[in-house]
Amino acid sequence: MRMPGAANAGARYLAAHGIGETSSPAAPAAAQPAGYGVLGVRIDGKSYADAGRRREVLRDVAFAAAAGEILALLAPSGAGKTTILRIVLGLDRDFRGEIRLPQGRLGVMFQEPRLLPWLTVEGNLRLVTGGDPSEIPGLLSQVGLEGTENLHPKALSLGMARRVALVRALLGRPAMLVLDEPFVSLDPRSATELVSLVARAARRGGTLVLLATHDVDQVLGYADRLLVLGGKPARLAADCPTSPALCSPNEAAGRNFKQKLLSRFPFLSAEPAPEAAP
Amino acid sequence: MRALSLAVFFGLWWGAALIAAKPALLPAPPAVLLFAWRAIRSGAMPRNIAITTLRVAAAFAVSMLAGSSVGYLAGRSRRADTLIDPWLIILLNLPVLVVVVLCYIWIGLNDVAAVLAVALVKVPTVMVTVREGARALDPGFDELALVYRLPWRQRARRIIVPQLAPYLAAAGRSGLSITWKIVLIVELLGRPNGVGFALDELFQTFDVAGILAYGFAFAALMLLVEAVLLRPWESHANAWRR
Repeated sequence: MRMPGAANAGARYLAAHGIGETSSPAAPAAAQPAGYGVLGVRIDGKSYADAGRRREVLRDVAFAAAAGEILALLAPSGAGKTTILRIVLGLDRDFRGEIRLPQGRLGVMFQEPRLLPWLTVEGNLRLVTGGDPSEIPGLLSQVGLEGTENLHPKALSLGMARRVALVRALLGRPAMLVLDEPFVSLDPRSATELVSLVARAARRGGTLVLLATHDVDQVLGYADRLLVLGGKPARLAADCPTSPALCSPNEAAGRNFKQKLLSRFPFLSAEPAPEAAP
Repeated sequence: MRALSLAVFFGLWWGAALIAAKPALLPAPPAVLLFAWRAIRSGAMPRNIAITTLRVAAAFAVSMLAGSSVGYLAGRSRRADTLIDPWLIILLNLPVLVVVVLCYIWIGLNDVAAVLAVALVKVPTVMVTVREGARALDPGFDELALVYRLPWRQRARRIIVPQLAPYLAAAGRSGLSITWKIVLIVELLGRPNGVGFALDELFQTFDVAGILAYGFAFAALMLLVEAVLLRPWESHANAWRR
């Protein structure tokens, strides 16, 4: 699948900011041979009916990704990140373009936890395991929720419910993880722990991660590529690879990278997190 | 409190019977109990109640199954709802007697016609209740089932039925009370046995004690079914809300 839009945007971004060549585990789509990637996304246009008229919200969003890659879809709230994820997941088919998904299981974490309130935590997790619940205790323990198996979602805080939703997404070694604002409403420490859990799943299991967020700080440090959405209708404004040096918030290169990113895309500056209900 | 309320009811009845002093028109509770005891010993009352209970169970099962299925379909698909809605309005407004008489004429004086007539009367109300439930299903959970590729059986059991449970329980509880009352009419009009038939015979002889004995006995049985089966099931289905 050819992804000219994404490649050009990424190349333009890199050239304009002099960030130079990077050595991320998976290079951007532009550098790959034809047919590269297990995920191919091409959204030529997406519009909604609004008071009898069609309002275009997305145009020319195209990117591809390989197994094990972590892609962060970065944009302010309301820019169309969730719409892109819904199109990728097949939940919204009213668009112009084409989606190619990896073979295998999908792990999904919606913006709200979507735990079935009539099932316990274990019941919610067993629902998607396909009969193999052996991973459940270990994963629950990794997110600090050991001993909650028999609780109903009502007894969980929003942060705990979101962690259960992440465990549900990670069960069964998914070929691709799709996470929509996964770390909203989590304290920084929990967010860091979950970030490393997701990163480990990607590195060890070759899981492709597509993550949407409005918060640059949440993704710097572990995303392999940043896909920046901007404009109206939203387009892929940048598809830039990252490296640990560029992304570390404590390193000079990292601080420089973030400053450049924010000065180039001021709409990525910190903003209030969207509310989500359990 | 329930026992006290019942005691007050029987006390008032007994008092009214004593004041009226016309046992043929308003017998006192002991006369009704005596009739019931004799009817139980002769085997007539248990036999008639068993036959009517079977008809109620069959009609209840058919109406719940058909009403829930069609109601679910109408709640999930706007096109299906548009097609079904006129039928629903006709069935809701058709007099019970018309349905019963037509079933007997078209199918014959048999149990199939009796059960079908009761089911046809009950199906529309079950449909309306379950349709509301289906409309209220959370689309977020549908999406969850879709992205996790849950098999339809698991989707139905774990996602749809728990959300529909309060509506099914409401339809079931109201359904039972209406179903057994209609079954009595159907039996009175065209069956040679059952509580409705017995009431018809007692009406011919103006045996008020017998009418009251059958009426109370069958109502008590239905209340027992509701208390022992339907209410606990409803409570179980809604346990997670508490």
